[in-house]
Amino acid sequence: MEFGVTVASFGEWDVLTVTGEIDMATAPRFRQRLLALISGGAQNLVIDLSGVDYIDSTGLGVLMGGAKRVRSAGGDIRLVTAGPRLADLIELTRLDRVLDVYDSVSAATEGSSS
Amino acid sequence: MTSDPTRFDFEIPARPEYLSLVRSLVVEAAESDTTLSRERVEDFKVAVSEATTNAIEAHARACRDESIRIRCTVTDDRLEFHVTDRGFGFYPDQIQVLPEPDDPSRLNFERGLGIYLMRILSDKVEIQSGPDGTEVFLAIDLSANNSNS
Repeated sequence: MEFGVTVASFGEWDVLTVTGEIDMATAPRFRQRLLALISGGAQNLVIDLSGVDYIDSTGLGVLMGGAKRVRSAGGDIRLVTAGPRLADLIELTRLDRVLDVYDSVSAATEGSSS
Repeated sequence: MTSDPTRFDFEIPARPEYLSLVRSLVVEAAESDTTLSRERVEDFKVAVSEATTNAIEAHARACRDESIRIRCTVTDDRLEFHVTDRGFGFYPDQIQVLPEPDDPSRLNFERGLGIYLMRILSDKVEIQSGPDGTEVFLAIDLSANNSNS
């Protein structure tokens, strides 16, 4: 799937949906959209990675940077993953201990963690 | 009886858009051995891609326009990749010590997971680095333990 980033509102949540592969080639576009959203005042963010085929350390770094900025501003950031591969990688790097992970956007916006 | 190793040498421009090609090559090489599970192939793909990412970054820092060298070797019991750059190299004792991945202060560090991922997703990792560049050796075992269930 081709890389893409879209933003939508879901109640009080802003949902950033990413598709395709997130690596050194595409992470700058992901970072730019995420930071633009945060600097635009987004307080409650869901990052939907269920359409992501691949993520590397660069992409995980963007997630960490985004989480730090949102939390510093008193906001909340949640991840959505679908399929075992991405969840495994987030678990392997133990980022699930510092970022809340959900299995669907509706679960993330309602707050029931996977 | 052991067979001769199969070896592929190739070079890629030191640009991020070639990372997906490298990942495809890992999958292609891994498919020559049917005992590897899909998960193991995916793990190794991440590891080799991380090494290549570091090599591309090393060339960018050194303002080098040369290609990154990649060698793939398939033996009877192992799949190996060497990723070689001509950057400035680094010294292990100069690498910033990062908090544990589950430490909340880890969010202050957007970088530093690459070598960690290489180590946990490969069976063997060796890094040789000096002022003329860095060579990363990554390998996974082709054994019954890795077979598809």
